[in-house]
Order: sequence, then C-alpha cells, then structure tokens
Amino acid sequence: MATKITTNVVTHMAALAHIPVTPSEEETLAQGFTKTIAVVETLNSVDVSNAKTDHMTGLVNVTREDEVDESRMFSQEQALANAPRTHNGFFVVDQVIAQEDT
Amino acid sequence: MKLNTLTLKDTVKKLKSKEISHAELYADVLGAIKEKNEALNVYLAIDEKAVEKGVKKLDTPLAGAPIAVKDNFLTVGLETTASSNVLRGFKPPYESTVTDRMKKAGGVIVGKTNLDAWAHGSSTETSDFGPTKNPRNPDHLPGGSSGGSAAAVAADMCVAAIGSETAGSIRQPSAWCGTVGLKPTYGRVSRAGVVSMASSTDSPGPITKTVEDAAMLFNHIGGKDRYDATSSEKPMEDFTKYCTGSVKGMRVGVCYIDHEKIRGTDAAKAVETAGKLFESLGARVDAVPLSDQLTPGKILNPDYAIGVYTVVQRAEVSSNLARYDGIRYGQDRSQFGEEAKRRIMLGTYTLSKGYADKYYIHAEKVRNLYIQNFRELYTHFDVLIFPSSPGYALKLGASKDNPMFGELEDMLLEPSSIAGLCGINVPGYRDPNTNLYIGLDIVGNQWQEGKVIQAAYTFEKHTKWNSWSHHE
Repeated sequence: MATKITTNVVTHMAALAHIPVTPSEEETLAQGFTKTIAVVETLNSVDVSNAKTDHMTGLVNVTREDEVDESRMFSQEQALANAPRTHNGFFVVDQVIAQEDT
Repeated sequence: MKLNTLTLKDTVKKLKSKEISHAELYADVLGAIKEKNEALNVYLAIDEKAVEKGVKKLDTPLAGAPIAVKDNFLTVGLETTASSNVLRGFKPPYESTVTDRMKKAGGVIVGKTNLDAWAHGSSTETSDFGPTKNPRNPDHLPGGSSGGSAAAVAADMCVAAIGSETAGSIRQPSAWCGTVGLKPTYGRVSRAGVVSMASSTDSPGPITKTVEDAAMLFNHIGGKDRYDATSSEKPMEDFTKYCTGSVKGMRVGVCYIDHEKIRGTDAAKAVETAGKLFESLGARVDAVPLSDQLTPGKILNPDYAIGVYTVVQRAEVSSNLARYDGIRYGQDRSQFGEEAKRRIMLGTYTLSKGYADKYYIHAEKVRNLYIQNFRELYTHFDVLIFPSSPGYALKLGASKDNPMFGELEDMLLEPSSIAGLCGINVPGYRDPNTNLYIGLDIVGNQWQEGKVIQAAYTFEKHTKWNSWSHHE
C-alpha cells in the first residue's frame, strides 16, 4: 500500500524547507508527492542485503591545509555587492528569534 | 560558407593559419545569434565584446573560439541566473573552475545559455525565462537541462558549448538536438563555481558538433581542482589521440533494447544497427540481457534507477538550495518556481526524521547495486551502448503537469549517472520527415573517456547522422 502524502505533511515540509505555499497549492502538491512517492516505493521490493552505501569515488575525508588563500578572498565591497539589503557594511537579516513582549 | 557553421577544430585551424579572422568569425556567430535567438530563446545573456577577447587569444590552444556556456556556471562580468528568478540580476564575484580553465586555454564565452531552472528538468521548459525551442524542429523541445547549450550548437549559434549533467542533462539534450555531448566520469571535471544541484552526480562537460571537438574541449576543462574536494587526482591526457577511427578488438555490450519501453522503437533499431556496425568494424559485440535482479553478465533494469535518482537528487537539492535565502544575494524563497519547490520539499521529506532510512538510505543501497552491476560488466566489456532517450524530442508543453517528466525521459541515462560513469551521446539516426534525431549513448567505466571517445569517433566516421561531417 503506497504512502499517501496529506496536506498536513505538505504544510510541515513547507515549514521545514522555508518555502511559502498557499492552501490551494498544498492540495496539488500533496497529490503530486503521493504519485512520486509511489514511484519511489517500487524500490521496496529490491533486495539490498548485499548493498553498501559508499560513494563510487572511494574518497574518504578529503582535507586540505587550513590556510588563508588571499587570492580567493572577497573584499567587503565584493561580498556585499549582490546583497539586496546592507547597512554600514553588513548584511541586513530578518529577525529569527522572537522578542519577549516587554 | 558562414563561419558559425565551423567545427571547433576547423575554427582553431583556420584562425591560426589566418585563413579567417576573429572579426569575420564573431560577425557570423553574433549574426546567427541575432537572427535566431528571439525565435529559439537559446541565450539569456550575450557578450557583445567577445570578439575583442578572442583577438587576444590567437596563440592559445583554442585560439579565441566562441563558446556558449550554460547559465549555471558562475562567470565574472556576465549575469548568472541558473534560469531562476531567485538569481535574476546576480553578478558572480568569482569564476567557475571550468570557465576559468576554458578561458585560459583560449576559449571565449560568447553568451550564457538557457536551462531548466536550477537544472531541474529534461525539457528546458521549466526555465523561469521561457522554454528554448529545438532548432531541428521548433515545435519540439530541445531536452534538458542543458537545452540551451545543445540548441546553441545545433543552430550554429556558437562553435562549441559547455553544459552540465546530473542524470542525462548533457546526453539527453544532445540526443534530441542531434549534437555530441560528453558526460565525463564524476570527479573528472570540477564542480567549483557551478550552481550546485545534486553534488554526488553533477558532472560538467562539453556539448559539441563532433566527437573530436568534444575531446578537444574536455582536454582543457578536466583534472584535479583544489576547490572541489571530489575532483580526482587522475592525470588528464590528450583525449584527441583516441580519435583513431578503429574499434578493432573492442568489446561492446548492447543494452536495453529488450526493455519493454524500448523494444521495437526507432531507438532500439538505432542501437542494434550501431552494434552491427561495430561488429563489422572488428569489435566483439554481444547483447547484454536485462535483469530485474543483480545477476552476473546481465544489466540491471533501469526502472529502479528512476526511484533512486528521484530520492537522491531531491535530497541533495533540498540541502544545496537551502543557501538561497535572499540575504547575501538573490531574491527570497518565494521566487522559486513550481519544480524547484516540489524538489526542495520532497527532498526535505525523504531526509526527515523517521523517513531517512526508509527512503534515502534504501535508495543509496539500490544505487550501490547499479555500481556493483557496472563493475562486473566492465570486466567483460570496454564500452556499453544504449539508446540515450526512449524516443525523439517531444513537443513543447510535454513536461507540463508531469512531476516525473525528467525522470521518465532520462531513465536510460540515470543508471550510468548515479554510478558516476562516463558516457557520450552521438547522433544515431535522423527521421527525414520531422528532422528529429535519435541519440546513441556510449558508456565506459570510470575514467575510460578514452574508450568512449574512440568508439564514438569511429561511429561518427562510419555513419551519416552527424550534420557537420560534410565539413570534414
């Protein structure tokens, strides 16, 4: 029995992913996700008892020296050049932690 | 003859011998762009001053040739959008490794080409800036996500192009547009400065008029890059040396023509015919039967790869696209298109608590079965040949309201992509009534681009499907 994605799940996914969706979109998205998950669940019949999850490159923990590479550093001007809102050389961000009413 | 119709190899040769000038070449290329871009919607940005850069590069390997670049490569001085409204107006402060290397080798970016927004798709129809049309038949899609780059090559709006593939995005648009597209081994070409999609499979590569052109361009963009930790230390070589024209003794496996969706189609016929051609040229050719289970000597059914790719790609997308918060650059997350929203949210779901084992880990294990399958098969074969796509380019509008469009169109390419192999599309048939193409996908083991190029070059030489071969 394939999993049905409800609009409640869509609301939760949208909140986690920080994606704004309207109630009318939620219904369409839920139907689409249910179809997609049905395709994904065709994998349930595959025997994976001899399968691993390592990547085909075989690479493990690629590290580099922790050195400053000045040739790659942005100036403050470059770093801020594409920002929609700046103030005194800083990025302006929305408040994410609610303030206690005082 | 218009100079925009030249291959990369001939362009370089004629520039160096002074048979043609940069001014004449760029006049013809920019002329073709001006003439066709409004109807085909191939380029999102054009560098009108490209000719001035080209002139200065005569003494380099690529001699200042005009190259089209997919708009998900960061390019200083040219807006980079990944065809998404989120990045509209974004001016990259640094250059992608691929375009940096290409420029140093003497290539000039003539413009940035359209793609499915964020490279999420196989139609170029999900671009926030409108669909690209297939130059071979404008009622049809170019495929995607590198549809703009494939169309730029097919319409002679450049001499060569650069695209990127996650699961089919170089080979499938090349198949639909009748061009050559080389998807290198994962890790062969740096991902640094490419707008990230699925980091465990993203592979930049050339889209060109001929196989030799693909080898030429690949020579200059591949190799270890300190800014991409998964790029390989494997040394690059001159891959044009594999354009020998011989496949004598090469072991070729013919795959997927017994799949229920492929059997009896023009795609199956093209692959069977290719197998016979290779045999007549001295290769040892065997059919590789399809299997629903991992079985030695048989190829695993590609149907499961659809589910694997769907989970893995969306999981990685949800992580990679978390960075687009509209704070440091770009617009806020309300600007994501439908397809990106769907992928980000589904990826978030399959990685969330309680579902990661059920979906993500399980999919990675099935992916591993494909890897094991190819490892075993490549002990018997040098290359495996497949149809690149189940059929011809579909009509405009075909991707609408189909959340699985790309996965179904790319199902034959997904197994080799999720296994990190190299492959090349070469035109394998042309329907004279529609002018649309069937592509042949020649796939090699990891790091075996040489064999893939050798087989593809030989195929191109002995068939009439490459529309530029009259220039030889």
